[in-house]
Amino acid sequence: MKGLLAFFALFVAVLGKETFDGSFGLNNVWMGVTDVAVPVDVRVPFHSLQSIKIYLETQDIEYSIMIEDLQVMLDEEREEMEAAARVPQPRGTDSFDFSRYHTIDEIYSFQDMLVAENPNLVSKIVIGHSYEGRSLNVLKFSTGGTSRPAIWIDTGIHSREWVTQASGTWFAKKIVTDYGRDPALTNILDKMDIFLEIVTNPDGYHFTHNNNRMWRKTRKPNPGSRCDGVDPNRNWDAGFGGPGASGNPCSETYRGPKAHSESEVKSIVDFVKSHGNFKAFISIHSYSQMLLYPYGYTRTPVRDRDELHALAKKAITDLASLYGTRYKYGSIINTIYQASGGTIDWTYNQGIKYSYTFELRDTGRYGFVLPANQIIPTAEETWLALMAIMNHTVRNPY
Amino acid sequence: MATGKLNPNHYPAQRAAKVVQHYLNTRYGSPYRVFFLHRVHSGNAEDVADSGRKYQLEISVQDLISTNTEKCSAEVLFPGGEQQRSPHVQASCEELRKIDTKAQEEALYQQYKTNPSLLAAHLPDSYGHINPEMKPFWHLGAVASSFIMLNESTENTLFNMAQVANVTQLATENDQLRFDYHILLHEMVSQDIIHWKLQVSWSPSGGVKVLQMEQLPHCHHCEKPPNTN
Repeated sequence: MKGLLAFFALFVAVLGKETFDGSFGLNNVWMGVTDVAVPVDVRVPFHSLQSIKIYLETQDIEYSIMIEDLQVMLDEEREEMEAAARVPQPRGTDSFDFSRYHTIDEIYSFQDMLVAENPNLVSKIVIGHSYEGRSLNVLKFSTGGTSRPAIWIDTGIHSREWVTQASGTWFAKKIVTDYGRDPALTNILDKMDIFLEIVTNPDGYHFTHNNNRMWRKTRKPNPGSRCDGVDPNRNWDAGFGGPGASGNPCSETYRGPKAHSESEVKSIVDFVKSHGNFKAFISIHSYSQMLLYPYGYTRTPVRDRDELHALAKKAITDLASLYGTRYKYGSIINTIYQASGGTIDWTYNQGIKYSYTFELRDTGRYGFVLPANQIIPTAEETWLALMAIMNHTVRNPY
Repeated sequence: MATGKLNPNHYPAQRAAKVVQHYLNTRYGSPYRVFFLHRVHSGNAEDVADSGRKYQLEISVQDLISTNTEKCSAEVLFPGGEQQRSPHVQASCEELRKIDTKAQEEALYQQYKTNPSLLAAHLPDSYGHINPEMKPFWHLGAVASSFIMLNESTENTLFNMAQVANVTQLATENDQLRFDYHILLHEMVSQDIIHWKLQVSWSPSGGVKVLQMEQLPHCHHCEKPPNTN
């Protein structure tokens, strides 16, 4: 057995809620054997701890302790859940605090409240489910018609980019507030529909609240690997497999086993294809303060490069007018890096000309952990850029 | 590789300029002085026979605390060769020493010298918040990180410090305050979060030094349990 290297990760339950009979049953194995040199995770009752350690050491089996005391973790989680249940929920979207970061449950409640308050303007469409079974919710803003030309906006496809989901929530409220009051937005909605997916990667978002604030990808396990998740912005069928994404499941830019393997991506693909009439597609990320157009996977410029470039310049000029925030703009591959399998490369190749990606605040001082007091200013300035793009789209039908 | 006159807003010039930011922080940074790349005005890149690639840059950097901006001229040499080696930087800036932080530094130093008891985690926290009394230690973490980020930078990387996971004060030694830092770096091109442990010393006269550094392995099971964010 000396040739077989197995690594164990242990965690210890003290005074656990279940009873332990002293033997090491299969219900104590949390991650079972999958392959040689791939670790196994086990839960060890306190009274077995010393003998298990001695056994592993005499067998020359490396181990590390992931969790010192499982019971402590469970107690803390119970406390947190009880505390959360005591927090008063907002009674309507007018009392929703846009200047704070919210949990997925709070955002999903907000969505339902917004629909209930604006039944003639907003509806919720569930376009699919995440790997862990969470619904993928899209808010549809429409004043009627059948399959009108449409604009798509998504936020939160990378879960650690918290200012984006927060901004998406603010955009939703902004649309219902401005319809009938702001001539430009009213004109847009009288001719086009707006679709907004706020929590595009709900499993990842939940994980950033409860486990790892810096989680980016989906949460689907990768068979044969210790590492979970696929980068949903490398999983689209555009330059898939080429340079600009990784084939390693442990990478933050892992493209996945095949294009559209992730339900979070496939659901949007199916929705966009069956709708058939999207004219603009805007995918929102953070951070870097950039407004980007295709391509990411190749240096070949898009056919509409000049128009997209000029529109980007207008949009970031409008954005800067509010607080002076400076954005760079250009194609993905020139401005930030080569990236294959990206969202807007696919949408552009589907014929959706006005395909843009935003990278919101900041440029790295706070990065992903942007202070909550910057949420509303970020959303407000970004909205001006979105309006520039949407205005241009409605005025330039194709 | 981009050669000749560079577009200052595209990534080749931006990545090289970021290296200058890291360099300036290692030379001049303190708990009350942290530089951040503000703008690239112009840039030029050329191959240097057998030695790598050299960038000439005109940039502005901003002191995050005083918010003053300074113009700098800089040269960054990314060495060639098979082994990845650290870039070499030369920079001259207008008036880097102008703002006087001596009084604040001295006060912080005295406060923590005799009773080394600092212990803090998650600077900033998940919501971007840092207690005002902890900000100098966030800044110190950023300056210490700059030594690592400078060492690790190439033409294909862009580093920022993502978060101070935790900082513990050790016993004062040789009149230098000493700290153990666990820091998260974010590398933009790979999108990796990289964990480093650093032992850092600081005093107003001694400046910031990194005494020990250790990269922690990319641990896929190292998710924080609930309630530590």
